[in-house]
Order: sequence, then C-alpha cells, then structure tokens
Amino acid sequence: MSTETLNPKSEPSRWSRAWNSNMGYSFRRNPVAVVSMIVFLLIAVASFLAPLIAPYDPYDPAQIDIMNSEYPPAWINGSLPGFILGTDDQGRDLWSTILYGTRLSLLIGICAVALQAFLGISIGLIAGYVGGRLDSLLMRLADIQLSFSTLMVAIIFLAVTQAMFGTDTFNKYAVVFLIAVIGVAEWPQYARTVRATVLAEKKKEYVDSARVLGFGPMRIMVRHILPNSLSPIFVISTVQVANAIISEASLSFLGLGMPPSQPSLGSLISSGFDYIFSGSWWITAIPGVVLVVLVLVINLLGDWMRDVLNPKLYKG
Amino acid sequence: MSDANTDRPLLEIQNLEKRFDLDQGFLETLKFKQGRIVRESRSVHAVNNISLEARKGEALCIVGESGCGKSTVARLVAGLLTPSAGEIRYGGQRIDNLSRAGMQPLRKKIQMIFQNPYASLNPRMTIRQALEEPVRHHNPGVSAGEVRDKVTEVMMSVGVDPSWAKRYPHEFSGGQRQRIAIARALTVDPEFIIADEPISALDVSIQAQVLNLMLEAKESRGLTYLFITHDLSVVEHFGTRVAVLYLGSVCEVADTQTLFSNPKHPYTRALLSAVPQLKDDRPNHIRLKGEIPTPINLPQGCPFQSRCAFADTRCKSEKPKAIHQPDGSTVACHAVEEDRLEAVAAG
Repeated sequence: MSTETLNPKSEPSRWSRAWNSNMGYSFRRNPVAVVSMIVFLLIAVASFLAPLIAPYDPYDPAQIDIMNSEYPPAWINGSLPGFILGTDDQGRDLWSTILYGTRLSLLIGICAVALQAFLGISIGLIAGYVGGRLDSLLMRLADIQLSFSTLMVAIIFLAVTQAMFGTDTFNKYAVVFLIAVIGVAEWPQYARTVRATVLAEKKKEYVDSARVLGFGPMRIMVRHILPNSLSPIFVISTVQVANAIISEASLSFLGLGMPPSQPSLGSLISSGFDYIFSGSWWITAIPGVVLVVLVLVINLLGDWMRDVLNPKLYKG
Repeated sequence: MSDANTDRPLLEIQNLEKRFDLDQGFLETLKFKQGRIVRESRSVHAVNNISLEARKGEALCIVGESGCGKSTVARLVAGLLTPSAGEIRYGGQRIDNLSRAGMQPLRKKIQMIFQNPYASLNPRMTIRQALEEPVRHHNPGVSAGEVRDKVTEVMMSVGVDPSWAKRYPHEFSGGQRQRIAIARALTVDPEFIIADEPISALDVSIQAQVLNLMLEAKESRGLTYLFITHDLSVVEHFGTRVAVLYLGSVCEVADTQTLFSNPKHPYTRALLSAVPQLKDDRPNHIRLKGEIPTPINLPQGCPFQSRCAFADTRCKSEKPKAIHQPDGSTVACHAVEEDRLEAVAAG
C-alpha cells in the first residue's frame, strides 16, 4: 500500500477515487442523499464536539441551578438570555444537554451496531461457508432470537440487571448494558444477510481457486468472501444504527436506559414528559425533533445506499 | 492397466465414481408410490467407474458433450470434490482421502485453471495481491523482494506487463484475465495443471494465444496437463492423448493421432464427423438421434446404446469393458470387440 502513494501523479488519491466512483457520482446527483449527509454530519460533529461547543456542562452539578428550571426557549416571552433552547426541569441548559445527549445516543447506536455486526458477520460467515448441520443449528438459533422482539428482550434483561446490581451500579454502567443488550438482540439481521451473500459468493470460481491454492477456510472467509459481501453489510448497518438509536431512546424513555443525571435523547424526552401538560413542552419536543431528524437522515442515507449498492442496478 | 515394466504414471485414476445426492435429508427421501410411502433417494451419477492415467509431460485431454462429467473429473482430481468410490493417485500416493493439511504439499504441485476468467479472480484484490498471496502462503518466511521477483517473473512469462499489477481484475479483458489466472497457478511452481475448459469463455482470436501460452509453459516448465474441453480442434492441436467421455463413462482412450486418424468407438466417430471442416469433403455427418439419457436413471448396459446405430441385445444388457486395441488405444464397445462395425458399414 505504501508504495502506491509514492507516485501521486498516475495514482489518484483515495478521496478523489471515491469521489469519482459510481457511488460518488450517484451521491452528487441525489439531493436527498446530499442534504441527509450534511444534516447527519452537522449533528454528528456538533454532538462529538459537545464539550467545546456547549455553553454549560450538564454533567457538572456545580453548573446546574435548580432555580433556572423550566425557562422557555429564547424566542418565547419570559426566556433567560443565556439559555437558547430554554432549560429542563432540573435547570440544565437544554441546548447543552441535547448536544451531550445526542453524543450518547450516537455512541450507543454505533457501538451496539458494531457489536451486532461483529457477532452477526462471524456467525453468518461460518454458517454460510461451513454449511450442513452447523448452518441449520446457527440459523435456528437466529430464528429463535428473532421470534423475541428486541424491546422485550432488552426490557427483561435491563430490568433484571437493574434489580440485581442496584440502581447506582446500573446507572454507572448503563451505557455498557445498553450497548450489550441492543447489540446481542439484533445479530440475526446481520447473520442472515451475510449468510445469504456467502452462499452466493462461495459458488464462484475464485473461491474454488483459493481452495485449490490450499488456503485455509479462515483465510478464504475473511480475505476472499467477506470483502465481496460488504455492500449488503453497509446497507443494513445504516438502517441498524437508526434502529439502535430508537431502541435506546425507547428503553431510556421507559426508565430502563440512561439515568436522568446523564441523559440521552430518550431519557431527556422522558423527563420532559412529566411537564408537557404544565406548559413546558420544549423539554420533550426539542429533543424529540432532534431524534426524529437524526433517525430520518440516517434512514434516508440507508435508502440511498441500498439503491446504489443493489447488484441488480449496479454491478460492484 | 499400466504395463509393469514402464515407470509409474504421474496421475492414476482408478474406478472413480461420483454421485450427487438429489434428495438430501430424511424427509426428502420419503416418496409416495403406488399407495405406499417408500424411502428412496435418487442421485445423479456424474462419473461412473472411470480409469485413466497421465504420464509426466503429457497433455491428457478429456472431451465430451456438456453434462458428460468432464468438469466433475477435473474437480475430483483437484480435490474440490470427494469421490464416492475409487482412487486417485498422484506420483504413487493416494490423494483422494487426504485431509486438508495432508493435501497442503500437493497443492503446490497440482494447480487448476478455471473456465470463466471473469469469476476466477477475486474482484476485490489487485493483481499483485492475487499473485503474491499464494507465494507467501506456500513459502513462509520469504522476503518481500523475493515475492515481488517471483510475481514479476511469472507475469512476464504469461505476457502481462508487471507494471499493471496495481490494477483490479475488472480493468482487464477476458484473455488478459485468463493469462493472469494462469500466472496465479504458476506462482507456486506446479508440475501438474488441471485446465477446466480454460479457453471456452474466450474470444476465438484470443483462444489460440492462450493455448500457445499454455503450450509454452508446458515446454519451459515441464508441466503435465489434464485438459478438459469440448472442442476437438483444440485437442488436435494441444493434446498428446485423448479420453472421450460419454455420460460419465470412458468410451475411448487413444493417442491424439491415432484417435483422429482411426476413431473406433461409434461415439468418437460421430464426434469427429461433427468437427467443422474448412473444405467439406466429408459430407456424410453421422447424425446422432435422440438425447443423452438422464444421469439419474442410468440405462443398463452400454451408456451409448440409445443413440448407437450398432446397438444390439448384448449392448442393452451388458456394460462394455475397456479393451486394449493393437494400435495402443482402449475402447469400450461391444461392436468394436466383435468387429461388427465394418460389417454393418459394408452391408
């Protein structure tokens, strides 16, 4: 790889190759994808730079004054100039809290999907490549897993762990528990898709050629079949990130996710829900809008990617 | 079959059989017949009792129409399939029942070239990666420079510019890809190459180039080929010996010259008469009637009986054995054995 960068004139950079590829072209020609990408990047960058951008630190009790609670956003009468989007029930600046909350939601979503992908891709590859009894066994496991809804599994698991470890310990490791449960509950999505592509790929002659050359099954799976099965993996990954963010928000809304002291978007919506009829609609509505926009743009990107990477439309 | 006083052939295939089960699993084998549920599993008899041998430096061609089991034989020899019965020996060593680890040293010696050059190269690997991978795998501890030298040497020998190594397979034409596939097989310095219809997916103008390249490699590297094809003109150009396959059984094995000058088996005669000639001085094509029988229910007796003009009652009941002929060929046909062919042709 390193030698290829020595000759910049004949070999275009990776960025310009990506920009000029079929995918880059279709991206430029699709305004929905461009807008979604811009919005997603804005949200992602803003949330990951939260400690720099946010005017207050919602995790620092010293900066929170309960007397500031429930101030409306800046464009409504009775607002306080320091709080652009108003404050929540504990007196935290809503803008800062949303930034930190979005960061948590995205982090949980992406890590949970990484866990799902790891489990699902390994199991799918093995099931598809080895086949036979092992394949049947793993796929029946996936069927059993799919017959429980993700939320049900998550609620039972989180309720039990909360009772087992006590609320304090649970709140401390809530992020880890959420990632684990959302990650484990959804692996069959990946496993089935990967298995299906592996079944199609392993019949191709390059796999036979690798076998004749004496490569081991591990090498054939990881180096030969997996790189050729990536397109569907990309597509489900985007959709699954959106799903994971929604799952996390639902669990937090039900009080089984992030604690109120470290709010994610879901727990922020939940905490504002108690005040929605007393006039403080913004505590629920504004994080709700952020959540909807975030999930929507990810889904739109996933849609675009599914169209582009569809092997019937584009042979990659 | 082999004479005791000559040295051992490189590759020996003895009574090789391969059946593919059609009904897999218990439930599929249950059938409803004549008011009763019976257990019955059908299978495709792809290769039936084949015995062949290839000597060092030879190019053994296997010809036959599509579906006659030629590719199955190639894949069995390459170890991609396991035989249902019979033995395959390479250099005296039995190879059909080896484990993957036991097969490893032979992987360097036996290589395979595939039919479709558009599918036999991994689309996500550059040519360099594709060619370096087998060298590294089979020679652990070799320095990067040596690997690169080997790859360059192999690329030069198949006529592919080494400076193209950074490109991906889709940037090449079919003929170039097949050259690269050949180069990939040559990276491990094999002595035996199985070529499964290597030129049938190529343009006619490219076919000759690739064929000559394979002949050159044969001369310079002392290769032995098992060459699968359906193209008899290629056989005449390339092969030293030919085996004619029909419905998974060997009809005739002969030296190329003997086979083309004096074909004996009725099927071989029909095949040769179908080769298009530039000057058509042989207008009497032998027209075969009917279709190849299904390999699921093999006919009793000679597999060719349903389409043979010389078939009699013996052909319908008894499977012909391979019999040595005075000119060195081996023919499995009752009519040849009984000398009926000339009599019918004359009368």
